[in-house]
Amino acid sequence: MKRIVTGLLLASTFLGSSGLAFAQQTTLTIESWRNDDLPIWNEKIIPAFESAHPEINVEFAPLGPTEYNSAVGAKLEAGTAGDLITCRPFDLALAQFTQGYLAALNDLPGIENFSDVAKSAWTTDDGATTFCVPMASVIHGFIYNKDIFAELGLEVPATEDEFFAVLDAIKEDGTYTPLAMGTKDQWEAATMGYYNIAPNAYKGEEGRLALISGEQKLTDPQWVEPYTTLARWSAYLGDGFEAQTYPDSQNLFTLGRAAIFPAGSWEISVFEPQVDFEMGAFKPPVKAAGDKCYISDHNDIGLGLNAASPNAEAARTFLSWVASTEFAEIYANASPGFFSLNSAAVPLENELAQEFVSWREDCETTIRHPAAILGRGEPNLDIETWRESANVINGTTTPEDAAKITQDGLASWYEPQQSN
Amino acid sequence: MTVDAPSPPIAAASKPRRWHILVFLAPALLVYTVVMIYPLLETLRLSLFVAGPEGQRYVGLDNFARLLGDPRLAASFWNALSNNFIFFAIHMLVQNPIGILLAALLSMPGLRLRGFYRTAIFVPTILSFVIIGFIWKLILSPLWGVSPYLLDLVGLKHLFAPWLGQAQSALITVSLISVWQYVGIPMMLIYAALLSIPDDVIEAAEIDGVTGFSQFFKIQLPLILPTIGIISILTFVGNFNAFDLIYAVQGAIAGPDGSTDILGTLLYRTFFGFQTQLGDRHLGATIATLMFFIILAGVAVYLFGIQRRMRRYQF
Repeated sequence: MKRIVTGLLLASTFLGSSGLAFAQQTTLTIESWRNDDLPIWNEKIIPAFESAHPEINVEFAPLGPTEYNSAVGAKLEAGTAGDLITCRPFDLALAQFTQGYLAALNDLPGIENFSDVAKSAWTTDDGATTFCVPMASVIHGFIYNKDIFAELGLEVPATEDEFFAVLDAIKEDGTYTPLAMGTKDQWEAATMGYYNIAPNAYKGEEGRLALISGEQKLTDPQWVEPYTTLARWSAYLGDGFEAQTYPDSQNLFTLGRAAIFPAGSWEISVFEPQVDFEMGAFKPPVKAAGDKCYISDHNDIGLGLNAASPNAEAARTFLSWVASTEFAEIYANASPGFFSLNSAAVPLENELAQEFVSWREDCETTIRHPAAILGRGEPNLDIETWRESANVINGTTTPEDAAKITQDGLASWYEPQQSN
Repeated sequence: MTVDAPSPPIAAASKPRRWHILVFLAPALLVYTVVMIYPLLETLRLSLFVAGPEGQRYVGLDNFARLLGDPRLAASFWNALSNNFIFFAIHMLVQNPIGILLAALLSMPGLRLRGFYRTAIFVPTILSFVIIGFIWKLILSPLWGVSPYLLDLVGLKHLFAPWLGQAQSALITVSLISVWQYVGIPMMLIYAALLSIPDDVIEAAEIDGVTGFSQFFKIQLPLILPTIGIISILTFVGNFNAFDLIYAVQGAIAGPDGSTDILGTLLYRTFFGFQTQLGDRHLGATIATLMFFIILAGVAVYLFGIQRRMRRYQF
């Protein structure tokens, strides 16, 4: 009997002390939709942080991109979400903040490393409170197969006429699909199509802000024109593009069967390990040579603090580090195509990524127009734009009708669009 | 009638309380209440509230008025409902007749490899809809699929179209995929019903000179009508609850242009949100409640309108 009691006492001592040792080490969990990034976090980012902060243990726990919003919303509500929440930009993260799920980060050391534009995606409408640390933006443009261009003797197009001339030449040759894009998934048609080329027509921020203030309407010519251009694309897409999915398009391009991929810069890290040809990139073509160019440089990903996190102190330490230039350098180079929003210039090693980011110098940048303010109502302007872009390319809706449908949808709940 | 064990005379005087029935039913009842009845009531309750800044607020039937009154919401609801009816109609017109035909062929005397056919046709029903959706997407893919290639072999490539990507054909294509997957179930049920017809009935028919097709239509079909009724109602409930195959093949957005959107996918997008669209669980619960009532109405019509008039034959 005595032996048992001693044993129990001993066991409890060991268990108790190991519990103590455990308590000193805080574990932080990161919620994210970027399951493609799991190796980057585990091999580069987290080890770099943990070597500086051995007392904090970080776990990256991503979910699938399409389920992320609903899954993380349910977890936040049930109180089971991780300490750090990867933030979608603009209205989605704002909704999480206004519901009290994200903590304010105005006083976070390091948040001063970001410009107001960089923070705009995760700041309240009045500009008073920032609730996520900006991590990266993505830039739209076109990625092309340099080998095919060399083989057919093609030049990189700068204007719309040149762009269609290049497409005609590839189609004429007949060996390759000119444009790798499909309309089955719908988002591809809008994200790689409309959001990619439209800023040139509506003059970036000028048009976007005029839409928010109600001075312009989606039925104005500068908003209809991109649909008209998209409708012309259908002649250059692959056979049966109506049933072609986004992964199909990716395969078509990486297998070297298509010449041009309407892209977002996030494709760089996906394509590079797969292709055995050289890739180049060109920005959305302008109407006439010498026109001012506009690109979509879309704030895409941030990191916020779960307001209910029991490890808030450790999480803030981590977020401060995410706001540092050290993190910016590791992240931007580990996942090329995700461009740091840090004010300090980050040297990029990847050439294709350099090409994309170089457009910032001579073009005006803007964000996707339904992302801020216009995307918070029902019907959702983003998803309407997906559907109508796909319909226009499929030829089942005219550009004018598509514009009218999105305009009517927006005006049905957005007051500044109702007055005129 | 019960088989009575000899019991002590005192117990026999007062009527015994059968506590064991309650005890044995309790676990199942408890589990069923927790996972079925409570969620159902909670859904009905959710549909009567809206989310406000300080939590839920009771609004009565406002959500229903909004869903059916707002032109856009109503348009997507009626679109989903009519697609659901088309989905159901294709199953009734294609799946069940084929199921009956296959069962009739299987029950033919002298058929060889009966077990093989039965298994081969039934196997898809036990496969996951994710696999089914993936396989068929690949088969029908204009880029990598075998169907354009096979049609090319017989010189019919011009008939090929991106069926899943065109608004006029997508719903029919998805319905036919579903028919392909589930045709084994009516086949098995009808096959069992055909087997249960006593041989002397068939023999009597043959003596009277009723054979072949007329034997099937005059003798067997009337006898399996109750089973066909059961299959119809199962198809109805299954089709109006359908979600998984559409989600696997067309995604939650149920394109192109909403042409494959059924109540299940509409409910999913509304309730959970989708990509940049935020979820609205109260409006979602409203759609779920309407689905519940539609299915309830269908089942009631069947039970009171059809089932009670059906004649059953006892042998």
